[in-house]
Amino acid sequence: MSIEPSHDQAAVRLVGITKRFPGVQANDGIDLDVRPGEIHALLGENGAGKSTLMNILSGFYQPDEGQILMDGKPVTFRSPRDAIAQGIGMVHQHFMLVDMLTVAENVTLGMESPRFVLNLPATERKIAELSQRYRLQVDPRARIWQLSVGEQQRVEIIKMLYRGAKILILDEPTAVLTPGEVTDLFAVLRQMVAEGTSVVFISHKLEEVLSISDRITVLRKGRVVATVEASAVTPVELARLMVGREVLFRAEKQALPPGEPLLQVVGLKAANDKGLLALNGVSLAVREREILGIAGVAGNGQKELAEVITGLRPSKEGQVMICSKDMTNCSPRQIIDRGVSHVPEDRLGMGLVPNLAISDNVVLKKYRRSPIARGPFLDRSSIDQFADGLIALYDIAAPGHSTAAKLLSGGNLQKTILAREISAEPKVLVAVHPTRGLDVGATEAVHRMLLEQRAHGAAILMLSEDLDELLALSDRIAVMHGGRVMGIVDAENASLDEIGLMMAGSLSQTAVEAGAALTEERG
Amino acid sequence: MFKLERRYERSRYAGLLVTTGSLLAALLFCAVILALAGANPWQTYVAMVKGAFGGKYEFSETIVKAIPLMLCGLGVSVAFRMLFWNIGAEGQLAMGGFAASGVALFVPQAFPNLPSWLLLPLMVVAGFVAGALWGMIPALLKAYLKVNEIIVTLMMNYIAVLWVEYLFYGPWKDPKGYGFPGSALFTQAAWLPRWEGTRVHGGLIFAIVAAIAIWLILARTKWGYEIRVIGENPTAARYAGISLARNILLVMLISGGLAGLAGMAEVAGISHRLQKGLTVGYGFTAIIVAWLGKLNPGGVLVVAVLMAGLLVGGDQIQITMGLPASVASILQGSILFFMLGGAFLTDFRVRWVSRARLPAAPSLAKATPEE
Ligand SMILES: Nc1ncnc2c1ncn2[C@@H]1O[C@H](COP(=O)(O)OP(=O)(O)OP(=O)(O)O)[C@@H](O)[C@H]1O
Ligand SMILES: [Mg+2]
Repeated sequence: MSIEPSHDQAAVRLVGITKRFPGVQANDGIDLDVRPGEIHALLGENGAGKSTLMNILSGFYQPDEGQILMDGKPVTFRSPRDAIAQGIGMVHQHFMLVDMLTVAENVTLGMESPRFVLNLPATERKIAELSQRYRLQVDPRARIWQLSVGEQQRVEIIKMLYRGAKILILDEPTAVLTPGEVTDLFAVLRQMVAEGTSVVFISHKLEEVLSISDRITVLRKGRVVATVEASAVTPVELARLMVGREVLFRAEKQALPPGEPLLQVVGLKAANDKGLLALNGVSLAVREREILGIAGVAGNGQKELAEVITGLRPSKEGQVMICSKDMTNCSPRQIIDRGVSHVPEDRLGMGLVPNLAISDNVVLKKYRRSPIARGPFLDRSSIDQFADGLIALYDIAAPGHSTAAKLLSGGNLQKTILAREISAEPKVLVAVHPTRGLDVGATEAVHRMLLEQRAHGAAILMLSEDLDELLALSDRIAVMHGGRVMGIVDAENASLDEIGLMMAGSLSQTAVEAGAALTEERG
Repeated sequence: MFKLERRYERSRYAGLLVTTGSLLAALLFCAVILALAGANPWQTYVAMVKGAFGGKYEFSETIVKAIPLMLCGLGVSVAFRMLFWNIGAEGQLAMGGFAASGVALFVPQAFPNLPSWLLLPLMVVAGFVAGALWGMIPALLKAYLKVNEIIVTLMMNYIAVLWVEYLFYGPWKDPKGYGFPGSALFTQAAWLPRWEGTRVHGGLIFAIVAAIAIWLILARTKWGYEIRVIGENPTAARYAGISLARNILLVMLISGGLAGLAGMAEVAGISHRLQKGLTVGYGFTAIIVAWLGKLNPGGVLVVAVLMAGLLVGGDQIQITMGLPASVASILQGSILFFMLGGAFLTDFRVRWVSRARLPAAPSLAKATPEE
């Protein structure tokens, strides 16, 4: 291999990168080049090695083999500090901000200069300039815990720009954003590449990748399958490259007659973590063999609704009925025993025990019952057997059932939770962002499983920000805004416009009509 | 200048390397102190090891001191496993010793027809229950009122220790004891059997049985699984329907109970009366033992013996080399200090960064005239 320094087009070039973890070859001889001023997307199945490769490029991991070349010269990054010194910065999927500090403090945290005296006003000024230049709106004095996820992401990006990043790596940045925030982010990225910055971008959403990137590199099982121009491929081709087979983008939903309501919520009121009213009189019902989708911009009470139903958050007023029994403010244990499964939003914080093995994690809710439990004892071999079954059935990429959960890739964490919650064959399933972070193949599989549960008679409450997913799977869609249900529409003949309006806070047409009829009657 | 950097990957042998490294560093550090104190460090270490492990008698004395460390260390480690910071083992031990002594002193008088073999089992139960109840107070406060357990367990140590002192200086003082602070001698039936020719007593069996039981509970039972889940991720535990309050209470029953048992073993195995010297800090050293034993039952047993060796060896050099016994305390402290520092080094690395290689000031220069 001969690379002449002066003719190297790449801002950075990875050559033959190999990285092994115990039991896994995460990267296997990967070549990749990033050009100045391009948006380069990285695609691949869950566990294909995307995050690992980017962690190597940004100095978090060291490669076992291979080289990183900048201007044709090999560089070694022993830490993220070294990488950022060369202008390479990464924004992780799980943000790395200190909640109690302000934006400005977070941005300067860990920097070499200033060393002793913090000149916060100057920092704040620079942050303001950066945010103006790239239209990254944030208040430098706000504390991180006060910010939405989208705003926190902007802080992470500013942090990297402040440190002089010329190559910005974003690991699944859009997974946590609302459609509007995605549009904003893309405008920022376009502005940055116009000024010569390069962006490496990981995502599982093919349309998104095609619309924003210049070139796309597809990884499969740690190797590069292809690097293509975005203008020259279709979503179907990309999916085939990633998965190695055809992917059905539409799940086939049978028409099923819904049965009795299994989950009923009446006039529910509850506070959020800050003590403010997050649910302000929510009423809805989910019937047997039915998927009720909940649409809405993040932070309008969806999370609290899921938590009140599952017993994790007390309600102040109202009722939760599960299988026709009043379960309001019952303990999580009683609600689990009543047949409720819950796929929570926060995977590592709530859904899993990161330091325990996969096998310990999949029995988190059934360790009390036979055959997992035998009297006061746990039956290790039946736990392991159960875990192996789920790993195979749900296609979880892991060296084995005794691997610690925290070592799984983002998508495989999600699969582990889904496997546990769906395999419980719940009567009621509360699923928050069930396919967030999953690759196209896994998304398809999860959609199929949700529909299977529906066919088996489960009542499914699905909270998602992905309208396409909601429209494809739900029977009905309820739109939440400001802690209320603005309206419930049939998914079949719902219009995106109507849903969009309700998400922005206007009452549904039917509700308005009903209201009008009521006033007429009275008047 | 020197910089700390987080390690995002850990090398496979880091753990072992760091443990041995820290131990060596602690020995080296103390060698300097010994040298400054005018002693030959090498000779001192040799004398300590000989004094603690050099012969049957020495080793047996080490085991004698290891027994309470084992029991308290095991108790403390189960609570730590669940992130309940029980630093009240000293007080729980005192209460166990008090209750067992009470049984030994007064039950034979009150029930003269009691078969004598029943006395020791009664003392075991009394010691365990008293420690457990003493541990139950901070547990209840934590579980239902969210009161910080560190403060409560710490403060309750003083209450228990002073209560016991009050007893052997006051109402329980042996009238025939020539003013010596201590209760009357227990009847022989209240003495734990000893190994031939040593002071090693049946408490050792308690410790070994307890270690096996705890290992079994943690690794093999539903309850142990709950403890592990709570310890690793309390939010996930709540999500899984595991009751935090119930587990705090249960764990503190065991934790306090084992420390109480240590107190019982001390009075029934060593002093055969309630007297000064019951509370000499085993409950506090047990925290170090639990930590260095990585909260594993097996690890706790091994570390307890080593720590006890340090105590006995420290006493020995006092006699043979005329050094203050506090040398042992210094060594103990520095081992803990270096171990904790070492644990830090598995997560971070110290690097020399030359000024020239520092990242340039943010590349905003073109937008801002530099100040
Ligand atoms: N620190 C680690 N120790 C052991 N194995 C690891 C570690 N980090 C990643 N792996 C494994 O390496 C493989 C690649 O993981 P990686 O996180 O790079 O996948 P990914 O392509 O980002 O997937 P996803 O789309 O699900 O985020 C996975 O099988 C994962 O379990
Ligand atoms: Mg990833």
